[in-house]
Amino acid sequence: MTPIEITRNPIIKATLRNRWPQFVIRVIALAGFVLAIVAGFVGTPVGNHNFGIVFVWIVWWALLMLILVPLAGRSWCAVCPIPMPGEWLQNGALLKPRGKGFGLNRKWPKRFRNIWMQNIAFTLLALFSAVVLTQPSVTGVVLLLFLIIALVTSLIFERRAFCRYLCPVGGFIGLYSQVAPVEVRVKDPAVCAVHSEKSCYTGSQDGYGCPWLVYPGTLTKNINCGLCMECLRTCTQDNVALNLRSFGADLKQSSGHKLDEAFKAFIMLGAALTYSAVMLGPWGELKSAAYSIGTAEWLVYAVTLLGLIYVILPGAFLIAVGVGRTLARVLNPPQGSRESLKKSFAAFATALIPLGLMAWIAFSLSFVFASLSYVWPVLSDPLGAGWNLFGTAGVAWQPYLMSIVPFLQAGVLIGGLGWACVVARRIAAEQQTGRVVTWEALPVMGFCFVVTAGLLGLLIG
Amino acid sequence: MVIGLLAVAIVFVPNPIALAASGDRHFRIEASSYQYTPEAIQVSPGDHVTIDLVATDVVHGLYIDGYDLSVTADPGQTATLSFIADRSGSFRLRCSVTCGAMHPFMIGKLNVGSNDLLWRAIGLSALAVVVGVWVIRK
Repeated sequence: MTPIEITRNPIIKATLRNRWPQFVIRVIALAGFVLAIVAGFVGTPVGNHNFGIVFVWIVWWALLMLILVPLAGRSWCAVCPIPMPGEWLQNGALLKPRGKGFGLNRKWPKRFRNIWMQNIAFTLLALFSAVVLTQPSVTGVVLLLFLIIALVTSLIFERRAFCRYLCPVGGFIGLYSQVAPVEVRVKDPAVCAVHSEKSCYTGSQDGYGCPWLVYPGTLTKNINCGLCMECLRTCTQDNVALNLRSFGADLKQSSGHKLDEAFKAFIMLGAALTYSAVMLGPWGELKSAAYSIGTAEWLVYAVTLLGLIYVILPGAFLIAVGVGRTLARVLNPPQGSRESLKKSFAAFATALIPLGLMAWIAFSLSFVFASLSYVWPVLSDPLGAGWNLFGTAGVAWQPYLMSIVPFLQAGVLIGGLGWACVVARRIAAEQQTGRVVTWEALPVMGFCFVVTAGLLGLLIG
Repeated sequence: MVIGLLAVAIVFVPNPIALAASGDRHFRIEASSYQYTPEAIQVSPGDHVTIDLVATDVVHGLYIDGYDLSVTADPGQTATLSFIADRSGSFRLRCSVTCGAMHPFMIGKLNVGSNDLLWRAIGLSALAVVVGVWVIRK
């Protein structure tokens, strides 16, 4: 599908270039974020009656994983309130550039210009997730820490370094945003090549240089583009566009496969498997182990989770890739594989992006629809203080659509597997020719099938 | 064409496994700190099922997905729920009364007959891989 430039529409373009709509949404989100922190500290300790727990881990999560990421990529990052206070200080302005702001404006260290820090941050959250997701005070602490770390990072380093290199949520949003049917891209790279000012990166009086440290002229993937629209505002050549495109267009890229991004895919897949077992499975001991931080049972849980996401899944995948390469070499001796094992491993891990996203959608469907009715009482009584602001405080818990959800989950997981197989096939075709393409891709498809069968067993078994 | 027929067969062909005759089934389920014991119960379609829910620590509930039935038991007390298992498949049991931090994740399982959805989904997954291979060959 040829991308459709939706910013060709003057109303859409003017709306996106205007700072006010984005600002208003971000301020509302910041108010909600602050309320979630306050509710965490002073609200009821009962998680499913606390605004922080219900609106962050049910409403926001549902919005993020079921709508925003699959359909609009990093659109959440465009309105995320977490970096706002730091950005305001860094820019010395709430809206348009007004001169010098505060902060040291240092460059992010070269060795950390990858998503390993985000991988580690997400892993840490995953280890403590049973408590973070259920204890309002812990959610409050985590959200406050996000805010403080983002603020400090903005005062030390240039632009949105926190979002690009540290945010544990931004890491997986970026990975899965490659599937989304929207992109910001330049219309004609040749125009950028001869444009010496590069105002999209350096900034101008109309806007800031790319806060995500990306030069739009060479942007080919969504993973690091925060959809903030600054380049749309600063480009003096009218050469930046917001496009609608086919789903998964970034997965067709034949280069730029990185190990840190591959491991992000394993972390997310392993976490989806683990959460499906711990939170949606019937095993009480597993829930107690995940919740009892510091105990021997929790240590076993933590080691198992770490082993799954950093050793077992990548190890099994490496074996699958290796078997595929061996089969290709045996069947096509003169050629073999064109890439090293490491590069093949990172490239084939692209197949785990649709698989992982669909796994998270399937997981989220179950717990979101089972818990969504907690929203109504919390709307009326966000702190659990006995208020009834909208007359909904007494609405009883009632799971929604639970007769349909297992069918949706099955469809989503099977679709994810089919999509992963298509991606694996395409990657194999980049490395092989002729019938050996089948054999190189088949073990990776087998890996994806086993993971899908496991998820089906956990979610609808 | 062949793939399409296979998919239709996986989805619609009746399960050939003979079902056990229906009858009365009685279970005692203990509910305590985010766990039902036993964690899963198996019945046959058409069974008249009676569940005695015993809460051993705090108030717990039991809600059955798909059947939209629930019962609540006070600490140390037994509450009874009876129904005809007229829908096949695997259904989650959920605690319907806030019982602690991990309450939203207190889950058990009711298996009625065989879980056709699971096996058909796994069959379709295998077919998805075959389609992947077939696409490669084309």
